[in-house]
Amino acid sequence: MSHAKRAATFLLDESRTDWHDQSLWQVRSKRDGSIAGIPEWEALRQLGSDIKDNVLSNLDTYLEQFEENARANGIVVHWAKDAAEHNAIVHGILEKHGVDRIVKSKSMLTEECHLNEYLTEQSVEVVDTDLGERIIQLKKEPPSHIVMPAIHLKKEEIGQLFHEQLGTDEGASDPQYLTEAARQHLREKFLAAKAAVTGVNFALADTGGIVVCTNEGNADMGVHLAPVQIHCMGIEKVIPKAEHLGVFTRLLGRSATGQPITIYTSHHHKPKPGGEMHVVIVDNGRTRQLGREDFRNSLKCIRCGACMNTCPIYRRSGGHSYDHTIPGPIGSILSPGIDLKKHGDLAFASTLCGSCSDVCPVKIDIHDQLYKWRQVVSQEGHLDTSKRLPLLGAGTALRSNGLYNFMGKAARVALNLAPRAAIYNRFNAWGKSRELPESPKESFKEWYDRQEKHNA
Amino acid sequence: MSSKAAILADIRKNKPEDRPLPSLPPDPSESATDDWEVAFREVLAASKTTFVAPSELADYIRGAGYDTIASNVPEFDGNLDLGTIADPLQLAGVDLAILPARVGVAENGAMWVSETEAVHRILPFITQHLILLLDRQDLVGTMHEAYRKIRVNDTGFGVFIAGPSKTADIEQSLVIGAHGPRSLVVCLRD
Repeated sequence: MSHAKRAATFLLDESRTDWHDQSLWQVRSKRDGSIAGIPEWEALRQLGSDIKDNVLSNLDTYLEQFEENARANGIVVHWAKDAAEHNAIVHGILEKHGVDRIVKSKSMLTEECHLNEYLTEQSVEVVDTDLGERIIQLKKEPPSHIVMPAIHLKKEEIGQLFHEQLGTDEGASDPQYLTEAARQHLREKFLAAKAAVTGVNFALADTGGIVVCTNEGNADMGVHLAPVQIHCMGIEKVIPKAEHLGVFTRLLGRSATGQPITIYTSHHHKPKPGGEMHVVIVDNGRTRQLGREDFRNSLKCIRCGACMNTCPIYRRSGGHSYDHTIPGPIGSILSPGIDLKKHGDLAFASTLCGSCSDVCPVKIDIHDQLYKWRQVVSQEGHLDTSKRLPLLGAGTALRSNGLYNFMGKAARVALNLAPRAAIYNRFNAWGKSRELPESPKESFKEWYDRQEKHNA
Repeated sequence: MSSKAAILADIRKNKPEDRPLPSLPPDPSESATDDWEVAFREVLAASKTTFVAPSELADYIRGAGYDTIASNVPEFDGNLDLGTIADPLQLAGVDLAILPARVGVAENGAMWVSETEAVHRILPFITQHLILLLDRQDLVGTMHEAYRKIRVNDTGFGVFIAGPSKTADIEQSLVIGAHGPRSLVVCLRD
């Protein structure tokens, strides 16, 4: 099923679409308000972008440096070529310690690797501890946003879910009440967990430590209570020095939710006394993306979600319509590189308005890359017939002056004469949910020629 | 070939040409420090943090009526000896933790608490309420200066805390007290 079809399903509920659209626009507005407090914002974005450029061009050196320093700190470092190896490594650590229940804080990488499903099959209980993630885990859904995983759900739906699964009062939907219920429920899980898994926001090459950012404190509740802590990171998460955190912590919170910084920015450098600390470094297609000159910039992403909040398509189609771990504009430039046939249509889930590139804190040229992916999709022969045939026709007409003039005139006449059914039917996506504008009597070219003659 | 060797080989094959590492902004001039406390208080108030003066600290704590209090500041003695705690799970019943913070950042209210200040890594998170004591002279303007003032790897763990634990995962409604402390009080001392 294509993105357009899944979006159409989402759009069936008009009031819900408007609500979703407005919720995300509110987050975008908060971001705007918060960056207004930093006059040097644009220079800061440039710094973030430049540091990440340096990282990508020295990725091997920084990763080796990180590993060496992390090992010296007493951290066990693992390398995984793909999702399967990552999952096996995590399971191996758990097996060694006889752990059958873990708590996990938000990690898009483990979502990408489908770690939860894998561990569940191995009889390990996985409890997601970020409130939004716990909600969608109980609802058996994937996240619809990378920062706000349950942004697509209404409080009444969450109230019903909690009533069924956590025993809250029937009909109760007050966010304060529901959050308190989740707090009590998850505190039990934290106190009982024997291992904790987290994602990684930044890995520091010069000190061999990792940084995890949360607002709820769930990553820390897990990591500091469980004897075994496991942090999973993509290879692109490494940054050269701890001092560069000054740049990225200033960019991340403001871009993500409009906060000046996340409530907790935790720096882990050594295992706790008597504990064990593991870091799993994962490739899973990233080195391939690094080799694609047009698309390697997508690896600079710091996962703030700003491009989703601003995107007119994401806001009106919902995260699930992308059918990929990372939805929205950034997901649409990452996913075609993983499976062009499956995700190629996401390159078309955009108006190319460029708002995503404007808000990106590390200046990724997202909309340019979307445009470039479209060309790859076309060259590889994955273009949908409804796009391929009209484009073929347009290509022929636009190549010939005479044909172009004739087609323009013919279309104007035809649009005026044709019965409604010839235009507003299932074959013409442009006639769906909208009236075509009245066609002008003459083309601009004809009008211009007439003016020239008149003035002569 | 090991996965490490394979990944590194693929990176070397595919990485772009070297791009220079940019230099970071310098520290602001001394004259800028006047507004720091104002900004610090404002931004923390916005994240639902309150302030109490050092002279009122003891009254405030007694008035709040907490049962189990863990303290690592000389200003106030708790009733739980942190030195006797061997397992972090033993801290599950702490109602209030009073800890020193090392650096405060004016632009976002973040305060650095390392393992040294927290004694136990879990304490600033598992406690129901948290009070942080910060010296005025330890205020800095931005995160850049903060990272110059601390060494993140001086201890095995350190955290910037910028408010009480919070979430907005249910319809974007702000709720204080997600998993960590339900309140944060800051005491600025000279």
